[in-house]
Amino acid sequence: MSPELIKAAADNRWMLISPEIALGCLALFLLVLEIFLPKKRHAIIPTLAIAGQIGLLIGLVWNFQAPYLGTESFNGLLRHTQESQFMRVFFLLSSVLVSILGVIALAKQKMPRIEFFHIVMVVSAAMMLLTQSNHFVLFFVALETITVGFYILVAYFRSSPLSLEAGLKYLISGALSSSILLFGIVLLYGVAGNPTLPGSSATSMNFDSLRVFLEANPHNFLASVGIVFVLAGVAFKIGAVPFQIWIPDVYQGAPTPVTAFLAVASKAAGFGVLLILTQRVFGAYYYLTVPVLSVMAIATILFGNLAALTQHNVKRLIGLSGVSHAGYLLIAVVASVSQPLAIGAVYFYLFTYLLASFAVFGVMTHLAGPNDADQDLEHYTGLAKSHPFLGAVLAIGLGSLAGIPPLAGFMGKLFIFIAAFKAGLFTLLAVAIVGVVVSIYFYFGWIKAAYFETWTAPVLEGETDTRPARTPVSLMAGVTLASLALATIVLGFYQGALGEWLLSK
Amino acid sequence: MFTHLLLLSIAAPLAAAAVISAGIPARLAKVVAALGFLAPALIALHVWYHFSAQTLNQGYAFTTSYATGLQSLGIKLTLGLNGIALPLYVLAGVVGLAAGLYAIQSGAERIKTYLALLLIMQAGLMGVFASVDIFFFYFFHELALIPTFIMVGVWGGKDRGYAAMKMTIYLTAGAMLSLLGLIAIYYKSGAENFDLITLRQTILQGGIAGGAQNLIFGLLMFGFGILVSLWPLHTWAPLGYGAAPSSAAMLHAGVLKKFGLYGLVQIAVPLLPLGAAHWAQPLAWLAVAGNLLVIGFITIAQRDLKQMVGYSSVMHMGYAFLGVATLSAVGAGGVILMMVAHGFSVSLLFLLSTSVYHRTQTFDLTEMGGLAQKTPVLAAFFVTATMASIGLPGLANFWGELTIFVAAWQFSKVLTVLAVSGVVISAIYGLRAAARVFFGQHTEALTKVLAEKPATDLRWSEKIPALILIAALFFIGFWPKSLSTPLNAALEAVYPAKGPTITIVGQ
Repeated sequence: MSPELIKAAADNRWMLISPEIALGCLALFLLVLEIFLPKKRHAIIPTLAIAGQIGLLIGLVWNFQAPYLGTESFNGLLRHTQESQFMRVFFLLSSVLVSILGVIALAKQKMPRIEFFHIVMVVSAAMMLLTQSNHFVLFFVALETITVGFYILVAYFRSSPLSLEAGLKYLISGALSSSILLFGIVLLYGVAGNPTLPGSSATSMNFDSLRVFLEANPHNFLASVGIVFVLAGVAFKIGAVPFQIWIPDVYQGAPTPVTAFLAVASKAAGFGVLLILTQRVFGAYYYLTVPVLSVMAIATILFGNLAALTQHNVKRLIGLSGVSHAGYLLIAVVASVSQPLAIGAVYFYLFTYLLASFAVFGVMTHLAGPNDADQDLEHYTGLAKSHPFLGAVLAIGLGSLAGIPPLAGFMGKLFIFIAAFKAGLFTLLAVAIVGVVVSIYFYFGWIKAAYFETWTAPVLEGETDTRPARTPVSLMAGVTLASLALATIVLGFYQGALGEWLLSK
Repeated sequence: MFTHLLLLSIAAPLAAAAVISAGIPARLAKVVAALGFLAPALIALHVWYHFSAQTLNQGYAFTTSYATGLQSLGIKLTLGLNGIALPLYVLAGVVGLAAGLYAIQSGAERIKTYLALLLIMQAGLMGVFASVDIFFFYFFHELALIPTFIMVGVWGGKDRGYAAMKMTIYLTAGAMLSLLGLIAIYYKSGAENFDLITLRQTILQGGIAGGAQNLIFGLLMFGFGILVSLWPLHTWAPLGYGAAPSSAAMLHAGVLKKFGLYGLVQIAVPLLPLGAAHWAQPLAWLAVAGNLLVIGFITIAQRDLKQMVGYSSVMHMGYAFLGVATLSAVGAGGVILMMVAHGFSVSLLFLLSTSVYHRTQTFDLTEMGGLAQKTPVLAAFFVTATMASIGLPGLANFWGELTIFVAAWQFSKVLTVLAVSGVVISAIYGLRAAARVFFGQHTEALTKVLAEKPATDLRWSEKIPALILIAALFFIGFWPKSLSTPLNAALEAVYPAKGPTITIVGQ
């Protein structure tokens, strides 16, 4: 072997990505277990999967301040930072929660069970890698692993036509977005590799080399087109207007735990990447990224909130409300160009969004019937009376999403508002305020259904209730939902070390 | 021994709410709730009694600070009371106790949830007036506001769904505008700190530019204005109060609504003097022409007793806005005194209206009459509350209104004359309502109701909360100095001396 290769191989510090490797191995181990365990023992496999992931999560949090933070590994493919460490915890946590929701939702279906957990874990591992990527090749491979995993997950309930339809729609729009993204990457690679331009580099897939090139050529037309295409590809992932078109149908058709996975983890992955790109790579082109993202933010907030107003299906409703959340987060991304505080605000917002969304999705999973796509607002009438626990968790989750103090979601919005104010983004702020007030209508309408209204729809003779039966809350689900709700309340009052850490940037 | 008292007054009701939600039997829950309401009331009276003996730090006594993880943003839970906050803190404690006791005996459905929500509201109220940090001032307001929506929606009367929705949207819009205004002060002052003492000191050194002040004061004026029901942004109020269960209406109309005016007096006018001067004329005209006159005449036309009380509370806010618009220490002092008095009287009226309803089964004034024969104590209380609300000397409201008129005379003679005529309007609707309910002959409808269920006079469980409020009205009516001495001192420190100084009543 040549000395360069040996030197390069020495930088492959596999221990640094041991959480991802362990997660992948655990995922494979599940499949092995499925083959070797007798069929009646299969019930233990999801429990093992969840326990294993929780173990990994504890290990990762334990080693949060690892010595390798701030360094690069694998010859510049990966870059380990405090932020990426936070996102790794975030994705692992959402993987655990999706698995828990999966147990509840799969119990109502005649479906193979184990593969579900397998795919969720592989996708999560890819997300964890994506957030550490420092190179467009790894970036694209990780992103495609996520997307391909979601193709399967979205269509997982294969006996449901709506799930299949959602899968197809996600496949087409996902493929389109991947190709736009890839086209943008290629443009950037090509123009940055042009030896006649200053700062050109043979390794322009590397974020650092690309940054150097872009700083040396701040007004290159081809590079601008490439940047816009890359941003468009990412905008698909976060569901920002005009790339939100797939959201309502896919969110409705996908199994509820997958909807949660899409709404939280996939969106967060998009924002993690967007921050890396706008902060580290495209910094010199802020005159281009800021207006593009600002217009996107305004359109996203207005579209998300207005479109959600008329929805009766709660999965569509929460999907469109998620669009509006992407809009608020985009404001923070725009503000982060001049205000470092906004970066912390994005992470804090994402974390509160995770807590609140999983609380709401957890309740939705309990209320869904065998037809998972059919979840109407009227299924929630009288919930608070018949299931006070689920009612309370729902109210806390929705309250936090609506940004009502003293819940955590409000603090997230507050940080974004403060950052936007400091950055002087008054138009965006005004739009955000209008969005928040409009959103009260549909969030509150949902709470109203659960709390203020009683079930009055006409009932045919011999039938008592045409709505799907509500799943009783198991111990594991109860503990999970209670902790999510509790964390949402506590983080609203007391941010403690998390707040200090996020805002010290 | 004072170190954590203010925190305790917020934590005690929250703890009581948590214990009740944990699922204890209803009987025990009522005892816990009573303790949860009693603790803040006692603490409020205690700090009131000891306030004059305290050495003040920048005008504040009992200050304590707790870090919650947002120090780098300049947010810290700093509690403390100055002379402006003290009267309202006492108001919150006392009205909270009355509303709590009234709720405990109300026999509402799902009483435990009801009490827990009311306790959360009470915690928020104590927090609003005890906060030195203006972020937490806002935060506690919202903490108190959310239970109101739920209580209106679940335990409300007619149109509760619509009323709850309308209230939520209006008040969220108002709260959002105010939040923006507060963030603007935080940033534009250059302090990057939400602590009111720090903000004041920073602004003393530089101050915010005039143009920015106009904008920020406008935001706060309309944001707070929605919350306090400034005409024409008031339409949520009568509807909401008409539908709200009585204890929620007592706490909201009596105490929580004062948040906005308190914010104007304590924060907006002293920190943004130029902005305040810019907006003073429009604010005063909206207050007098809109709240006092338009709403006054609408109030006269009401047939529903509870709606009438709701409209009257909107109307009385006109005096308070006029007082704020005078931008003088005298006017501001009058506003604070009037808010305290109005808090006691309007919550008393809501309480008694509900007691009337329990006897007549209707709020419709045209279907009542002659109730005094059966319920002399209720009638006496109601007439007292009406007199207080009109502003009869000897009762608390007199001092606040008088001081506001004195201050307003310096500000605009035309507006003062118009505002004084508002007193006549409130006398018309107040006395007419009292007469319709209690005097004259029974109507046919009422005779039927009374034949089925003979009216009894106030029970002790209703009398005690009412007596607490009446006692407070008389106490302040005869001895306003107990509040106005610390109030004057605090106002003189933060309000620029302007025109001839007139000492506030009682000195």
